[in-house]
This record gives sequence, structure tokens and C-alpha cells, in this order.
Amino acid sequence: MDPTLAESALAPKGAVSPTTGPELSLTQVGHSIGAVRVIAALDLSLKRGETVAIVGPSGCGKSTLLELVAGLAEPSSGNVSVEGRREADERLARCAYMPQRDLLLPWLSAIDNAALSPRLGGASRKSARAEAAPLFERLGLAGFESARPHELSGGMRQRVAFARTLLSGKPLLLLDEPFAGLDAITRADLQVWLLDALRAEPRTTLLVTHDVEEALFVANRALVLSPRPARVVASERAPLSAGRTRAEAVTRREFVAARERALLALSGERGA
Amino acid sequence: MKRALDIAAPASVVLILLGLWELAVQQDTIADLLGLEPFLIPAPSEIADSLWVDRALLAENAWVTLREVIGGFGVALMLGVGVATVMHLSPLLRRAFYPLVVASQTVPVIVIAPIFVVWFGFGIGPILAVIALICFFPITVNTLDGLSTVDPEQRKLMRTLGARPLQTFARLEAPTALPYLFSGAKIAVAVAVIGAVFGEWSGSGSGLGHLMLVDNAQLEIPRMFAAIAVLSAIAIAMFMLLAVTERRLAWWGEPGSGRLDSFTETNQEEH
Repeated sequence: MDPTLAESALAPKGAVSPTTGPELSLTQVGHSIGAVRVIAALDLSLKRGETVAIVGPSGCGKSTLLELVAGLAEPSSGNVSVEGRREADERLARCAYMPQRDLLLPWLSAIDNAALSPRLGGASRKSARAEAAPLFERLGLAGFESARPHELSGGMRQRVAFARTLLSGKPLLLLDEPFAGLDAITRADLQVWLLDALRAEPRTTLLVTHDVEEALFVANRALVLSPRPARVVASERAPLSAGRTRAEAVTRREFVAARERALLALSGERGA
Repeated sequence: MKRALDIAAPASVVLILLGLWELAVQQDTIADLLGLEPFLIPAPSEIADSLWVDRALLAENAWVTLREVIGGFGVALMLGVGVATVMHLSPLLRRAFYPLVVASQTVPVIVIAPIFVVWFGFGIGPILAVIALICFFPITVNTLDGLSTVDPEQRKLMRTLGARPLQTFARLEAPTALPYLFSGAKIAVAVAVIGAVFGEWSGSGSGLGHLMLVDNAQLEIPRMFAAIAVLSAIAIAMFMLLAVTERRLAWWGEPGSGRLDSFTETNQEEH
């Protein structure tokens, strides 16, 4: 249960130029809220284009971790750096955060919700919409540009929220249980969809989830956290699921083995 | 079908009540049984008669009162929204001024109205002040509540999307508060006519409140009731006007209402 276990399992995945530093790195990050220690010493490093999933029991500080990374809060100890910058403002400027709930604004149409970030940056409504339109097409939202959020299904709302996250144009994606509120079928669909979307638009992504299968299916590797105070108890390289359907990918022997190991790490910690 | 019922149900209740009233006053046996004096309680038909016969006088005074209500309500709206915004943006000012805002509502209007006449002189000034005082509280408190109901998660999200504090206010907090502002304004406009009457009683030579006083003194009871009916009509009309405006401007505040309308509207806008 060494916190550096995560690092030992780190291996460059894909063609990453050796001169490029890590996009995101956490060194010995610890955090307390009041008297409660939420995160113990945590080390983590993400390379450009890599998707890493964080799995952990409920209330283990996963969401807090994302807030620390995004610069919405400062860790009590240790360092967080995004593209080599440690200041909270600089991190905030580099992180696109997708919360668990879609948090779409009810008074804006779907496309205006997605185009919120360009609008805040000073773009006209017309040019912000023009910027969002091709993404709408790619995310399977074409035809729903002018629909209001309450007219969309849960899965579509989540996709609009994802479009909004992408359109902020920031290099690091932080996804906080993006599919937690959805039914099993929509959830599985959106996992496939997210995998494709990330393949089409590669971004460095930190995905928080409590679903081991989701973590291993969508991410390149999954880190398992302990209950509070959170630390890394296991790290699993995800078996490649490229070129396979979801059903094939998640039933392969390597996938099942990795999932069982991760679940064991998760439940072992819970029992302890 | 449902819409027709929405109108038919309250209309028939009113008609039945008016019918019973008419019956009770017109039928001597019932009037005697209830101890009603027909000259003190005019029948609805007599009030209707007065509404028609004295229509010029009523309209003239209603116009005076209507202007007072709109003016006083307008002052309260600007002040209320301004004060709520400042109190929302500064927690210190919020703590400092909140008791004062509450105190403004505890002031008995009937007592303060004559004092306003002393301060502002005989005329529309004190009447506007009384109406504004009454309307200020519901508008301010509702707007302030609306501004503080904003989901903290939503605020965080706006920050990550690059919003500056003023942008968060304009694009998130103000629209969130808008339906609340309308709720407050609807309450305010309904009570605004009460302020107008108190204001006119304290010192005015015209208006429906003034007319009531005169009618009361001259035992013109049917016309006094007619003035009350016109006053109610003003309040109801302004309330409905606000409700319609709310549907147009802040339709998201009422889940389920106007959804289809808003959908077709946006489609038309796009094509």
C-alpha cells in the first residue's frame, strides 16, 4: 500500500515525445477540510493525450481532488502543477471541468449552453454558435441546437455539457462522474461515445468515477483510491479496447482480470 | 378545454356569490333575518348601476390612483432591485442592512402616511412614498433570496469556464433571481393599491381612496363599493400584466408552464 505504487505502474503510453513534461503532476498532495483529512499523500502524473481514471469509494475525496487540480482550491500540502504552472489562477485557466450534474442553464438553448465559454471570452453570440456548431454535429447533437435543456434527455444533456467543456478550449479535461446520474443503458452508450469522442479529439483527461468497468473501458489506466483519507492503493493498465465493441472489450479475459483486481483493491480497502 | 375550465371555475364562484348577495339584500325576509340594512349594504345590481352612472367620476379618480400605483411601484422596483443587488454583492452590507429592510415592513403604513404628508407636502409625493414603502419589502427580500439560491456548483462551473465575477452575476445570478423578483413584484403590486388608499386618506384631493372617503361621508354607499371594485380591478389587472410578462421573460421559473410555447418560439427564431 505504498503511495508510489501508482508511479511504478506508470509507463509512457502511445507516442509521447520525451521532451514534453507531464501535463498534470501531483506531488505528495494532501488535503484537509476542517479537521477531516480528505486526501493523504497523493502522487499522480498524466502525460499529454493520456486518459486516467480515478476510482474510489463514495466520499473518498475524488471530487475534492478535481477541485484541487482545477485551482478551485489549494491543497493543504504538496504541489499541483498543470503544464508546469502551480498558481491556482494558472491552473484554472488550463482546466476544463465537467461536473457530475450537467448544470446547464435553463434559459439558454443547447447550443448557447455549449458555447458559454467563448461567449464569456467576449465572442459574439453568432461567432460562439458558429464555433459550437461543428462540435454539435460530431457529438450527435445536430438538430437540437435550439432545444432548451429541459427538452433534452439525460444523455443528451450530458453531451451538451461535454461540448461546453470541450469548447472552453483548455488542454486538461477533468470529468467528475459524468455519467453517474444516468440509467445503465444510456451510461454504456455514453461510455462508448466518450471513448470515440476522446479518440477524435485527443485531450489529456482525468476521469473520476466509482465504476471500475467504466474506468477501465474509457481510460488508459485506472487508479484505485482508498476511503478517506484517500491514497492510491492500486493502479491498473487498461487493456486496449480499440476496434472492439463495448461488449467484446469488457468481456475479454484481460479486461475481466484487471477489473477483478481493481475491485479487490477497492473492497479490500473498504473491509480494512 | 382545461383553459376554459380555468376561467369558468373562478367566474362561476364569483357569480354564485354575487347572486347570493343580491338575493339576500333584495329579499326582505332574508335581509331582515340577517339584520342587513339595504342602504348600508347595496345590492350588486346597485353597485353595477353606480359603476355605469358615475363612470366618468370613477374613471377620473381611477386614473389618478393608477398613476400613483405605477409610480410608487416603479420607485420600489428600482430601489428594491438595487438594494438587493448591493446586499448580495457585499456580505458585510447584507448583514448591516438586513434588519433595516425587515424594519421597513414593520412600520405601520397608516401611522407613517400622515408623517410623509408633513415631510413631502400635500400632493403625490407622500402617496408615492407610502406605496414604495409597502412594495419595497417583498421585492427586495424575494430578489435577495433569488440571488442567493444560486447553486454553488454552478458558480464554480462559471469560474472554470472563465467567467469574471461580474459576468457570473449577469449570466448566472441575475437570471436565476428573475423569477423570484417577479414573485416579489406580484405580491407588491397587489398590496400597492392599499398604500395608495392610505396615502390618499392622509392627504389628497383626488383618487379612488379620496373618493371613498367622500362617499362614506355623504352616504353614497353604492359608489363607495363601486370605487372598491375599480380599485380591485386595478390591482388584478396589474398582477395579471406582471404574470404575463413573467411568462415571457422568466418562463424557466415555472417548471411545466409555457414549455411548448418556448420551444416553438425558439424554433421560429432559428429558422
